[in-house]
Amino acid sequence: MAGVKTFKRAAQYLTLCLYLVFLGFPLVWLLSISFKEPREMVELHPTLIPKHPTFQNYVTAFTEQDLARSALNSLIVASASAALTVLLALPAAYSLVRFKTRLSTITLGWVLVSQLFPFVLLVIPLFLILREAGLTNTRFGLILVYVTWSLPFALWMLQGFVRGIPRELEEAASVDGASRLQVLRRVVAPLLAPGLVATSLFAFISAWNEFFFALVLLKSPELATLPVTLARFVGVEGIARLGPLAAGSLLATLPSLVFFAVLQKRLAEGSLAGAVKG
Amino acid sequence: MTATLEESPVTTRQPSRDQGKRFAYLLLLPALLPVVMLSAAPLLRGVFLGFTDARAGRNVDINFTGVENYRELLSDTQFWDAFKVGLIWAFAVTILQFGLGLGLAGLLNQPLRLRWLARTLALVPWAMPPVVVGIMWKLVYHPDAGMLNEAFSRVGLDGLRHNWLGDFSTALPAVILVGIWAGLPQTTIVLLAGLQSVPRELHEAAQMDGAGAVRRFRAVTWPALAPVVVAITSLDFIWNFNSFGLVYVLTAGGPGGKTMLPMLFAYEEAFRYGHYGYAAALGNVMVLIIVALLAVYLRRRLREAN
Repeated sequence: MAGVKTFKRAAQYLTLCLYLVFLGFPLVWLLSISFKEPREMVELHPTLIPKHPTFQNYVTAFTEQDLARSALNSLIVASASAALTVLLALPAAYSLVRFKTRLSTITLGWVLVSQLFPFVLLVIPLFLILREAGLTNTRFGLILVYVTWSLPFALWMLQGFVRGIPRELEEAASVDGASRLQVLRRVVAPLLAPGLVATSLFAFISAWNEFFFALVLLKSPELATLPVTLARFVGVEGIARLGPLAAGSLLATLPSLVFFAVLQKRLAEGSLAGAVKG
Repeated sequence: MTATLEESPVTTRQPSRDQGKRFAYLLLLPALLPVVMLSAAPLLRGVFLGFTDARAGRNVDINFTGVENYRELLSDTQFWDAFKVGLIWAFAVTILQFGLGLGLAGLLNQPLRLRWLARTLALVPWAMPPVVVGIMWKLVYHPDAGMLNEAFSRVGLDGLRHNWLGDFSTALPAVILVGIWAGLPQTTIVLLAGLQSVPRELHEAAQMDGAGAVRRFRAVTWPALAPVVVAITSLDFIWNFNSFGLVYVLTAGGPGGKTMLPMLFAYEEAFRYGHYGYAAALGNVMVLIIVALLAVYLRRRLREAN
């Protein structure tokens, strides 16, 4: 019996190790290449540990105009999207929780359906509508698209946080003579701070990572976001340029990594259950 | 006396409830505005565009052409090839993601060492932009500087060295593997949450009754897990069908259209060749088929549950 158990444990560990290799090795390889010198890249048998580790690739990635500028673009677009998303989602989430209207039922239904939206069907008309409004090839147009896209989930997340605020607190404030808007601003918003942070981070990351709409909507290279610029580097550059590409890719991942590290515990407990549940 | 006391709060509350309603709408409207303009309107317009001959270029007349686009689609072999690739991709990635995700979730649900590492690693692909995932795996598959070929060489399997993404026969499987890697975290975490919601006592009771591991899985775990499985596989399928950036970076649809997903195909039709109407028609067809597939799947699952 004990033998069977040990065997089972061993098999479990072996499987777990296989998973770890599958999940981890591509990352390790990306890290390794990002520290390799150009002349090491063309050698016949690449090694896992760089022979002459160098930060040069990171310097190149940083100083190269395209990447730095795209990072700045991404930063602008993602921050603006996050701010606008939260600004729109906060009152709406509050309204959804505290007042039951027909519109709130429709809104909640849409939140669910929007998860199933076919991008193929969306992108062409969206492109045409934005072009008619003169917003293609502008950051603002892209920001609007990102806001629309992250609103459903942001609403969903914030809704859970609003539910956690005791109604009595608001009633007390309005008895003290505060107007509805004042209640929202002075009582509800501060209590929602953690929820607002989580939601804006989520909106920031989805905008930061997004590629498809950025590719379609922005034509000028000066406006391109980081994923678009990185994707343009692929293929056109020779093997010696893979180092800066790897370094740039890692830098592009940093913001979301930080975000996920912060939320790691919650995510591991099950899809932000703590944030989404009421 | 009592009657007036009971009535008075009602009469004073009435106007404030109306006010409340107006306030509720006022708070909702700013959020609904971009939604109506940038997701509901485009969706309807997209459906309509699919029945026209809209093309790129300013001042081009748009004519309603009825089913013309669809007739053309029927005989468009490139579309059917893309469609086939899309189905293989979406089904293969979704099914394998589910199988591997369930396995990993099961392991993470055990009191094993290194679990923290697996949990952390399982979150990383989630955090990475799809473009970066594509670039990373391109470096893994790289014929000369790649890890995979070198690994084969090291263990003496030089014959297995290959241009994985460039070869007709290996391109699609190679891309599918990347798709699995990218989506494994979500699936695993959701399934893990599902597993953790299965009451431990039930397992212990079944074990006492002498049920083996397989029996216990089928009788105890599966009934509790099934709704989660249906939800995550459906979502995975839609997400996978919608995926674009990953394959765009890895192969851009090549070699010879072997990895040309419908999304890539539609993108090329619309934004390279400017056939907006045709691409929208393509989108209509794809959405119909996805909805039909999901409907069949969900109905069967529901029937099983009853």
